[in-house]
Amino acid sequence: MIDLQGYGPRLLEGALVTIELALLSLLVSVILGLLTASAKMSRSWLAHRIATLYTTLIRGVPDLVLMMLFFFGGQIGINMATDWLYYQFDVDIFINIDEFVAGVATIGLIFGAYMGETFRGAFMAVDNGQIEAARAYGMSESLMFRRVRFPQMMRHALPGLSNNWMVLLKTTALVSVIGLTDMVRVAEEAAKATHEPFTFLIPVAVVYLVIASLSEWFFARLQKRYDVGFGGEECNN
Amino acid sequence: MQQLNAWFTDLLAGNEIFTANTLGYYADGLATTVQLVFLSLIIGLLLAVPMAIGRGSSRPWIKWPIFFYTYVFRGTPLLIQLYIIYYGVVFVEGIQDTWLWLILEEPFYPALIAFTLNTAAYTTEIFRGAIKATNKGEIEAARAYGMSRAKMMRRIILPSAFRRALPAYGNEVIFMLHASAIASVVTIMDLTGAARFVYARFYAPFDAFLFVAAIYLCLTFGILYLFRYLEKRLLAHLRPQN
Repeated sequence: MIDLQGYGPRLLEGALVTIELALLSLLVSVILGLLTASAKMSRSWLAHRIATLYTTLIRGVPDLVLMMLFFFGGQIGINMATDWLYYQFDVDIFINIDEFVAGVATIGLIFGAYMGETFRGAFMAVDNGQIEAARAYGMSESLMFRRVRFPQMMRHALPGLSNNWMVLLKTTALVSVIGLTDMVRVAEEAAKATHEPFTFLIPVAVVYLVIASLSEWFFARLQKRYDVGFGGEECNN
Repeated sequence: MQQLNAWFTDLLAGNEIFTANTLGYYADGLATTVQLVFLSLIIGLLLAVPMAIGRGSSRPWIKWPIFFYTYVFRGTPLLIQLYIIYYGVVFVEGIQDTWLWLILEEPFYPALIAFTLNTAAYTTEIFRGAIKATNKGEIEAARAYGMSRAKMMRRIILPSAFRRALPAYGNEVIFMLHASAIASVVTIMDLTGAARFVYARFYAPFDAFLFVAAIYLCLTFGILYLFRYLEKRLLAHLRPQN
């Protein structure tokens, strides 16, 4: 076995932080993505414009720059807001941004833009006849979303979703730069302190590979599940 | 020129953060970022073409090592790859006595190596997909003309595969531009490095990072339009005629 020189437990904690961060950001990004997709498809001119601006700006700027902007700027922005509240209304509150929450919010916000594009394409790929049929059955909008649009949309969205998840997983490594103690940060500290970079960095790389491989397997199964009813070539017309 | 200079001084007058000095940092950062991205893309492309061909080879000792390489480099974060190369080169036995050390001592070259290997892995997969999607009829026609495999690759498969790969490769170029921000982590003064410096100096995150975000946005749009133009030119024969 490799000698982790006492960094083992901390690396494990870091790995848990990475996984929690990735899963929670995925949740945030999926919700934001669904909202963005519906805003982009809505008839409202303003909603469409705002959603387009959001996806264009986020996708045009590096993740790391956005992360630093939100992370370093977020605290100052909140301080300014609370100061203003104090001077204007004499309300004295103090909000300290938790690094983990900031990380989840930032990564969720970044990938919400990518998810939005994925979902929009998938929603548009759903056959119009299906929606007409649902309407003819007298389904309400929410029931139609739950029973017809969402399950059929997921079939088209899954390849993009899986791709976004893989990129998101790798992006979580960047939080180590802005001060969150994930496994990359622990490994980097350990590598510097012990002068044995390979001992710590390669196992961390392997953990990422394992998570990626497991997700690949999971998404393949999910795809099978959502492809039910579209199975063979003969019924896929 | 004098007028421009005067206009510029006027514009910056009274601005404490964006002086000619800090703008100089941003300009140097822009040059570093462009160099880093451009070089890694060019070298990565040169590496990717033979690997993409080899990836489709029927010989397992060619196919599997390439598959393993792309799998590892696409499955791990670029930051880890950069750390492994940046912190790792020092520990290669005897490297400090050779001429290589003069190059590798600077953080620019380890970053260039990491970026090149990373983009080569992604580009290999993009090209492999494009090569695999070649129309069977084109290959049959080339065979019927009696072309050798090398000639067929050069004249038939690669030209059409490159065109098919163009949109995906454009995304990869933008991805690489954005990934290059990571270089600032290993003390390289690229665009993001300049922004971090200005942030640390003036404690002005909005000014420092919004400005650099705007520069990245312009670069992204530039690349986007370049590739759209290329697609229009190179894929002209596929457009519907009317």
